[in-house]
Amino acid sequence: MRERMGSWRRRHVLAGLLGSTAVLAAPAILRAAPSGKPVRVGGTLSLTGFLAQTAVIHKIASEIMVEDINSRDGFLGRPVEYVLLDDQSKPDVARSLYEKLITVDKVDLIQGPYATAPILAAMGVAQRYGKVIIQSSMGIPKLQTYDMAFPATPFGPEPDKTYPNVILDAMASLPTPPKSMVILTSKFPSAQFMAQGMKVEAEKRGVKVPLYLEYEAGNRDFGAIAARVKEANADFLWVGSLGLESNQILEALRKLDYTPKGSFHLYPAPGPLALSPDGNLAWSSTFLEPDEPFMSRPGVAKIAAAYKERATKANLPYPLIDAQAAGMVSEWQILEQGVNGAKSLEDKQIAAFLKKNVVNTIYGPLKFDGLYNHGAPAQLIRQVQNKEWKVVWPKEFAAPGVKLLP
Amino acid sequence: MPSATLLGQALISGVLAGGMYGLLALGLSLSWGLLRLVNLSHFALAFLAAYLTYELGTTYHVAPWWSVLLIVPSMFVIGLAQHWIFVRFKVNELGSLLITFSFAVMLEVGIQLYWTADYRRFETHYATWSLKAGPFYIPVLELILCLVAGVLAWGTWLWLRKTYVGKALRASAEDADIAAAYGVDHRKLAYLLSGVGAAYAGVAGTFIALIATLAPAQIWAWLGVVFAVVIIGRLGNPLGALAAGMLIGASESIAMAILSPAWAPVVSFSVLIAILLWDPEWS
Repeated sequence: MRERMGSWRRRHVLAGLLGSTAVLAAPAILRAAPSGKPVRVGGTLSLTGFLAQTAVIHKIASEIMVEDINSRDGFLGRPVEYVLLDDQSKPDVARSLYEKLITVDKVDLIQGPYATAPILAAMGVAQRYGKVIIQSSMGIPKLQTYDMAFPATPFGPEPDKTYPNVILDAMASLPTPPKSMVILTSKFPSAQFMAQGMKVEAEKRGVKVPLYLEYEAGNRDFGAIAARVKEANADFLWVGSLGLESNQILEALRKLDYTPKGSFHLYPAPGPLALSPDGNLAWSSTFLEPDEPFMSRPGVAKIAAAYKERATKANLPYPLIDAQAAGMVSEWQILEQGVNGAKSLEDKQIAAFLKKNVVNTIYGPLKFDGLYNHGAPAQLIRQVQNKEWKVVWPKEFAAPGVKLLP
Repeated sequence: MPSATLLGQALISGVLAGGMYGLLALGLSLSWGLLRLVNLSHFALAFLAAYLTYELGTTYHVAPWWSVLLIVPSMFVIGLAQHWIFVRFKVNELGSLLITFSFAVMLEVGIQLYWTADYRRFETHYATWSLKAGPFYIPVLELILCLVAGVLAWGTWLWLRKTYVGKALRASAEDADIAAAYGVDHRKLAYLLSGVGAAYAGVAGTFIALIATLAPAQIWAWLGVVFAVVIIGRLGNPLGALAAGMLIGASESIAMAILSPAWAPVVSFSVLIAILLWDPEWS
């Protein structure tokens, strides 16, 4: 009897072990590598030309996401292959390359390029061939009139109205709210669009704009502009800058022994501005930073770590994930959920799925049921504090212990 | 109406910015005017020098005034090598445009491969130093740049006017066959001039690293305005190049102060057209 009990126990222990092993192994088996003919996703990025410094960020994010998708189930069980071409930062080249991707390379799906002008060029081609196009950097949503174009970044349909009010709310929360504002902007379309919105909204809320200046994208000398900003001597400086223009403007102001009382920078190069002595307490726009509460979103910590590793290896001066890289991550997340949700590679079915469903992205849940296929806006404010960017506004997105500093 | 202080400050900024135009135009003007070679790669060489200054400064902590001692001779050698190609393939004025454009594109790609397309900034503690003169501020780095450009322009002018080599170069540019009949070895002098032009790109590059943002595509940002400066200053005229650079810089800056900064590029090319129509007899 004792022997039989022992044998029974052994059998049950063995069965338990086998069962546990099977349960633990099951996800791995279910996650068997995708197989079959690859699903080819074509797209361009500005790998050379004046937008190249941003494209390299998008390229790294894409590589991470394609590997990530293929480590799960690919698209409908098939591996994903990214066919990437260089549009040289030129919309006309982007247009030709999307034509080539669709008609010659015969890719199954497409991904959007970077920046408003190449996106508009690619969108025209996508519309002609009835392809879904997902983009992350069209700063002027009203130009996205194609009904199968989807935004991967939550600008909202009217960021020129909504985001200035986020900034004005933050300004109003300061112990001494600024009463006047100089607006200085690049003529780069998305920056100019936001600057014009900022002027209108500021004046609506009683903040005077004694000086509004536009300069050519790629302006070389900011000396005279700095002299005008200094003479206007407003309570706040709003800069519609791209890349290192913010650093150049702040340096030009310091050469005139002038430091603005507060400043906002639209699309600056994040690393150089954070590390510059002139950048301390500067504000900027963002959608996500490598901090809480964003890092608690599912999968974000893993993507952020992979991005840091690859960006460091690629010798990028600012290897932390931010809204630029996150935009491309979001593009792939939307496409993956669109394809797998629709259970089809047919563009019309993918578009129909995206319009009816909420998609979980690095930016949180996104909907595409509003004007220009946009959902609710989620543009935030970050501030340089101790040479790091911290999300400070709206308050609920600030990490514990972080607040907007005057 | 802008105040006198604003106008004065804008004028100072513009003249100093024009120093960079003049410095970049110097080498280009010499090769175009005296060798009949339009060297588009001059801008790429300047940016290569800027990136080398950046690399030496940020990675090896070499001060720019030391790195320039390494960079300028290196650029001189590159200039010689480039001229060897021109001679070897019998490149004419039009052909030089195509070949040097290709060379510039290759350098741009090389720079992007090594330093990536990301923006680079050589941060120094003296980048924002200024001198105060009454209500005006004079940025120190830009002032030094202008002084260096002035010394190089005067030195080159004197070299071309007062020395045998300079006179021989000008004679060869005027009529190579007649100059050769008088014993001028144009080929050797052309090598020298090509090296000097590239060395000036090295000097300009060192200052670009200190006062500007580095990105491979920026190579082309100076092209239009510097060509305008070279033409206004008259080909092969170093003092003219510097004066034209300052004129364009000041015009752009005053336009930024009075009108809108977006008018600056229009102003520089309007000045070019006006001067071409006026055709003054300066040289």
